[in-house]
Amino acid sequence: MEPVHPPAIHRNSMVSVDPKQSAASPVIEVVGLQKSYGSLTAVDGVSFEVQRGEIFGLIGPNGAGKTTTMECVEGHRRPDSGKIRVLGLDPVRQGRELQKRIGVQHQDAQLQKRIKVWEAVDLWASLYEAVMDTDLLLEQLGLTEKRNAWFMTLSGGQKQRLFIALALIHDPEIVFLDELTTGLDPQARRAIWSLVTGIRDRGKTVFLTTHLMEEAERLCDRVAIIEHGKLIEMDAPAALVTKHCPQRGVVFSSDTAGVREAVEGIEGLTELSAEGEVYTLLGTGDNFVSGVLDAISQNQIRVRDFRTEMPTLEDVFLKLTGHAIRD
Amino acid sequence: MLKGFWKLTWVEVKIFVREPMGVIGTLAIPVVLFIVLGKLFQSDAVLGVQMPAGFTAPFNVAVFASVFIAVGAVLSLVAIMSIYREGGILKRLRATPLSPLTILGSHVAVKLLFTALGLAALVLAGKRLLPGLLDVPLLSFSVAVLFSTLSILSVGFVIASLVPTARFAQPVGSAIIYPMVAISGLFFPLAALSDGMQLFANLLPVTHAVGLMDGVWAGGDWLALWPHVLGLLVVFAVFSALSAKVFRWE
Ligand SMILES: Nc1ncnc2c1ncn2[C@@H]1O[C@H](COP(=O)(O)OP(=O)(O)OP(=O)(O)O)[C@@H](O)[C@H]1O
Ligand SMILES: [Mg+2]
Repeated sequence: MEPVHPPAIHRNSMVSVDPKQSAASPVIEVVGLQKSYGSLTAVDGVSFEVQRGEIFGLIGPNGAGKTTTMECVEGHRRPDSGKIRVLGLDPVRQGRELQKRIGVQHQDAQLQKRIKVWEAVDLWASLYEAVMDTDLLLEQLGLTEKRNAWFMTLSGGQKQRLFIALALIHDPEIVFLDELTTGLDPQARRAIWSLVTGIRDRGKTVFLTTHLMEEAERLCDRVAIIEHGKLIEMDAPAALVTKHCPQRGVVFSSDTAGVREAVEGIEGLTELSAEGEVYTLLGTGDNFVSGVLDAISQNQIRVRDFRTEMPTLEDVFLKLTGHAIRD
Repeated sequence: MLKGFWKLTWVEVKIFVREPMGVIGTLAIPVVLFIVLGKLFQSDAVLGVQMPAGFTAPFNVAVFASVFIAVGAVLSLVAIMSIYREGGILKRLRATPLSPLTILGSHVAVKLLFTALGLAALVLAGKRLLPGLLDVPLLSFSVAVLFSTLSILSVGFVIASLVPTARFAQPVGSAIIYPMVAISGLFFPLAALSDGMQLFANLLPVTHAVGLMDGVWAGGDWLALWPHVLGLLVVFAVFSALSAKVFRWE
């Protein structure tokens, strides 16, 4: 699959944008969302806002409450308490109206076993006033050859791509993607990433959940980390990294003597270790890496190998929750 | 949303046809039953079996075959609804502008269509192979069958909400529907039942379905058959309202 751009809308008269919702106002507002299943509190007082035109990601371990939260926002689950507004609508009372304007990929919902790919696309396309060029959409998702295949004969990844096609078909104002690329190969994943950024670039909003920290980091403008039904942190991935894992690493190898003395006074250095000729320096602050470079050149240290190690969202997740996302 | 209704109905028709067992069960088996039983009860030899002289048919074969078609449609609906629920297909369809009524309505339409086709196959085969047997008000009879099916289908939606998983759809559905058939008056007159059982049987839709079909078959007027029409209407109204409340989408 080629890197893709979302196909243009044909047929005009897309749902008009409510003038009250200026670019600055949130398209999703959630305040104090609470949802229990029996004695289990799946979502426990979650509040957040999603702005128009951003890609917002909800990340957290299995059972954290991501799907529950998302389905309450979509209007497919009834919250116990809390206030939700999506595009100014109440998802419970104005659910039908809302469905026309959002696109949804449910985590584990199937299709009829013997429905053909083109029939599903055609059915979905018939339900909305304006739709994308469906042939192009299928092509971009690598499904053209599967047009006549029964749903049950598709591979897991192909099914997932079909679901994404169905969620995008009417170029909705907000796209909800639960477990966006689970089960996809790297190529398909990349194609879907560019499809998603393409949606955002046209001013649409994307709300997704994912287990892949790399995906969240590359794709999301902001992420919220949820654990045991509570939001524990929310910001841009880079900001979260700076805040929680300010430490960056420099690793280099050198056979020059006196490396230790040369680097010891660097601004921001917090940890220094050496294993044979390999030196690992940890430090904080924007000047730390250039401090290392300065020390190397000033002391004429001969460097054979040099790399920096930047913390990632994965590290933030690990630090905040005390465990990796796949545990 | 009428467009969505027709599209969905048409897609479901195609999907149904793609499952050979479903089509055979719906269209072929009732016809075969009808012809075989019909021939036997007309005292024709079938596969070497011959009824003794002076034998009279213990029940109306055409009504039997029609009830068989209607019950098949209902059990099939129960199975499809529970499979669709379990697979999240209903959930996915609900995440579209389709209304709940459209989604369920299209399944009713599919079932009624195949009931009509099954009935047509029955009539075509009967006209050729069982001369004289079908010299009755066929149009009126067909309407009675479809109307009865619609009424029993509404019960099907409630049954579909009761079955815990798709595995249990067929057994639970059968366990509810077949006893209704047994005491419907199809195989023996209701008068053979105790008073209490008669009262109970009169609360069941299959009883009124059989009553209406028998009546129309015998040339009876719909107006004269009003208790059965009313019974089927009440069942339809009550169970439709009930399924609006209890139907589980996931
Ligand atoms: N319909 C339900 N009935 C009962 N419990 C449920 C239901 N749906 C979810 N739960 C429970 O609520 C909790 C949160 O589930 P949820 O599906 O929202 O998690 P999640 O973050 O989406 O997990 P995953 O990453 O595995 O998809 C879990 O403990 C789950 O067992
Ligand atoms: Mg989930």
